[in-house]
Formats: sequence, structure tokens, C-alpha cells
Amino acid sequence: METPNKQALVDLLLQLADDDFLYSYRGSEWLGLAPHIEEDVASSSIAQDSMGHAAMYYQLLEELGLGSADMLAHTRLSHERKNTVLVERVNGPGYYMETPEYDWAYAVARNYCYTLAKKIRIDALKKSSHAPLASVAVKINMELYYHLMHWQTWFTQLYSSTETARDKMDAALALVMADFGDVFSYGKNGAAIEEARLIEGENILLDRWYAAITPVLVGLGVTLPEIGHERNGRDGEHTPDLNDALATLGEVYLLDTTAVW
Amino acid sequence: MQPYTPLFEREALTEEQKLERFIARIENGDKIEADDWMPEEYRLTLIKLISMHGISEIMGALPEKEWVPKAPSLRRKLGIMAKVQDEMGHGQLLLRVVEDLLTPYGKTRGDLMQDLFSGDLKFHNVFHMPTKSWADAGLIGWLVDGAAIITQTNMLGASYGPYARALQRICAEEVFHAQHGESIIMALAEGTPDQKAMIQESLDRWWESLLMFFGPASKETTGTSKQDITIKYKIRTKTNEELRQSFFTKYIPRVLSLGLTIPDPTLRFDEEQQLWIYAQPDWDEFKKIIRGEGPRSKERLALRRTSYENNAWVREALAETMA
Repeated sequence: METPNKQALVDLLLQLADDDFLYSYRGSEWLGLAPHIEEDVASSSIAQDSMGHAAMYYQLLEELGLGSADMLAHTRLSHERKNTVLVERVNGPGYYMETPEYDWAYAVARNYCYTLAKKIRIDALKKSSHAPLASVAVKINMELYYHLMHWQTWFTQLYSSTETARDKMDAALALVMADFGDVFSYGKNGAAIEEARLIEGENILLDRWYAAITPVLVGLGVTLPEIGHERNGRDGEHTPDLNDALATLGEVYLLDTTAVW
Repeated sequence: MQPYTPLFEREALTEEQKLERFIARIENGDKIEADDWMPEEYRLTLIKLISMHGISEIMGALPEKEWVPKAPSLRRKLGIMAKVQDEMGHGQLLLRVVEDLLTPYGKTRGDLMQDLFSGDLKFHNVFHMPTKSWADAGLIGWLVDGAAIITQTNMLGASYGPYARALQRICAEEVFHAQHGESIIMALAEGTPDQKAMIQESLDRWWESLLMFFGPASKETTGTSKQDITIKYKIRTKTNEELRQSFFTKYIPRVLSLGLTIPDPTLRFDEEQQLWIYAQPDWDEFKKIIRGEGPRSKERLALRRTSYENNAWVREALAETMA
């Protein structure tokens, strides 16, 4: 593969890999703490699938000669990360090792909006010019069907229930949308990604996302809050939440990066 | 065809006759089902045993989840995520079995959670302990789940059908967990001096808890023990001490083969008695731990309680959509 195209491919794969790596981490912090036991089993399964997706993307990068998948996942610093800010945000106040006070409304709003975006990206990636990526997208798509159904059910159920739940969902959706600006962004080198036909354009995907979520929101009588653009995670602009997450994710690996674990 | 009516319901039997027939059934190897008549002592013993087992699976997720994000490779992260998810699944399966047993008392899963928070419902001693290193994640999978396989295999033939069937599935998964733990431990044992030291330190800390896991040898040790009743009703077959001896026989050679030292200099196999001789753990400490005064008891319960209270609005919202 020619050099400019390779860089574009690497950028895109890092975005995809880092997204699911952090998304899975935030999901796994909920382990044992979900609103009921059945949900704990279901959402931990989704977190596990998502870690599997991240691993597949990191593996593609390893095959491109970028270093081992584990090294890419565990050692890159915050400013080198290309995930959307949306997935790095904490689940609520408190560290998962102590007594955190996580917000299930935020979990549902974030997971639904993110998963719908992921589904739209995966559908586009099935036609990627990079065949190994297209083939990974086909595999991920099968699991994603269930993830999306799961979070859409929660989203509509909570919005259709008590006033408390509705208020909490409104507040959570506002937080999610404030961080949503970089979800479909490919970063400052995005033009190369689109030119290489690795995936369709940012705006095409964003329009599809609007088209998919609008009927759901209309049915629930919800107005979508404004999308914020404060930071672009694709360009390494992140919050301190990401530093803390990376310190935890790499804690044991970084004890000895040459050891076999 | 007429729907099947159990014999007990077809005839007006005295309580004594019902009990006689019940005992005859379990002596015969029949399985008792949720809607069958059963003596209250049997029902209460099952509720206590299975709710403790179920809630221990759920509370057990808390120490292990501490290592889920920290697992030192993508493969290990996936492995431990799958494992902790299985444990929650076991908890769910077991609580469903208890819910049926609770029906005559009008109690539900919510009541079990309240019993947990009030301290009436206990959970296994091992899950009151702190975790300190990645080796603990391996050791829990390898030896705690290994110990659990031994106690649960002992109940696979339990006279209560729903519990026996749940255990079939649980034991099958626990075998994977023990392999997952063993694989983590093997990698550390083959690794750097620091990695090896990490397992030894972990084993030293967990040894007493592992001995306690099987419970006291007799009720004289701690004042109470349910083992006599559970054996009488054919829920289990072996005593606590027999199970602990099986654990030694299975795991001591494996521990030693990894170059680890058992932190009990008095431990030996007595050929004459065909028994392992070992230093007793501190059974007063055991009583304190299961009373909820263990090193991490309060924090783990607080975590469970806080999340339960924080999510109360979700349960209310779901109840509203069901209404």
C-alpha cells in the first residue's frame, strides 16, 4: 500500500480501535453495579464484545507493522489517542475501585447514541476499500444488531416511564450531545481517509445517524439537544478522564512491558 | 390424559405420612421439584444454602471486577470479562431457584437484597478479602474456583432437582474458570522473578481463606454448621473436612510443581491415616468475616447497597412501563 493511503488507514483504524477500547472499559466499570442482575449479564456481554472489536482493529494495525496489538492498546498516551471524547467520559462521580455513584441514564443515553453511530459506521465499513477491514466489519455487524436493540429498548423504555426517568434522560442526553461533535469526525487528515475510499464521508454518516434517530425521538417527544464541538478526540484533544482511564487500563501491563502476562 | 397430580395431593395424608413419603422419595434417588410437598426444614435449608451460594456469586464479581480493566493484555481482558459475566449469570440462575422456594413466604429477590444489606444473608468468606495484585485475579480463578468446583460437584446429585440442574451448568463453566485462572498463574510462574514473587505473595495471603472456604470440620468449631442437615436430606454427600482433603489432594501437588511454597510448614500427608495434616485457620476470624467484619466486608456491601439505591429510580421506571 502506498504511504499516504497507509497513513490514512492507520488513522482510521486507531480511531475505531480506541473508540471500542474505551467504550468497553466504561461498560466494564458497571460490572456488578447494573440496575438488576439480568442487565448486568447483558451489558457485561456487550462490553466484552466491544473489547473483542477493539482487539480486532488493534490486530489489523499489528499486521500493518505498527507494533503489537497489546502495546498499541496499553502504552499510547492520552494525546496519541484518537477516540471520541464521548467514550472517555466517566460514568459518574467516583472511582470504580471505591464506591462510585454511576448514572444509569447517562449509560443508556451514551450507549444508545454511540451504538447507533457505530452501526452506521460499520455498515459503511463493509464496503471499505481495505478488504481486511471490510471483513472485520462483517463480523462486528452480527453482534452489533443485538447491542443496538438492547440500548434502543432501554432508551425508549426509560423515556416512556416516570417523570424522574424522563428528567434524568434529558439531562443525560444533553451531556452526551455536548461530546458528540467528534464521533463522525475523521480528524484533520480526514480528507485522505475519504479519498482512499476507506469509508464514506463524515457528513453522509452523520446525516444517516440523524435519519435513524429522528423517528425514535419524535415518537418519544424528545428534542435532540445541540451537538457540541469543544474538542476533537480524533486529533488527540482529550479530557483528564482519559488519563485516569489509561492509567488503570495499563496498570499491570506497564509494570513490565517485556514480560509475558 | 389427566394432568399429573402428585401422590401427596391425591390423598389426604397426615404431615407425618407426607414426611415419610418424602424421605422415601429422596432415599430412592427421586428429585424433588419446586411445587412438590417438602418439609419446612428442607425448604429453609435450601433457601439458606442456595441464596448464600447465589449472592456469593454476585458479591464475588466485586473483587474480581477490580482486575477486569487492569488485565495486562487484550486476551486477558477478554478472558476475565467473560469469567466475571459468567459469575453474575450463575448468581441470576441461583436466585431464580431461590425465588421459587420463597413463594410460600411471599418473599422476592428484593427481600433477599435487603437481607444481604441487613447482614442476615451471608456471602462466602473469600469475597470479604481484599485483592492486591494481578496474581490475585489468577489465584481466585485457579484455587477459589477450584475449591468451588469441589464443593459444588459434591451437590450435583442433590435431591432438589432445580438446584442440581443449575449446578450442572455452573460446574461446567467453573471448569473453564479454573483453566482461565491456571493459565494466568502458569504465565506468571514461567515469568520474571517479580512475577513469580507476585504469585507467592498472593498464595501466602489467600491460604487461610482457602482452608476456611470449606467451612469448619464440625459444629463444635464454630457453634453452628448445616452440614449434618444437608447430608441427611441428600443435598450433599461429603463433609466439610472430606471436601477440604479432596482439595489438598488435587491442588497441593500442582502448587508445588509450580515451584511455590505452601505457607504452612506443618502441612504433610500422613500415610497411616491417609489424611493431610495441616494447621487450622483461625476459626474465630472466620466467624468474624462471615458476620460481615472481614477486611473488605463493609466496603463491598456499601458498594452493592449504594448501587442498589442509586438505581432505585430505574426499577421504579421499569415497574411503570410494566403496569
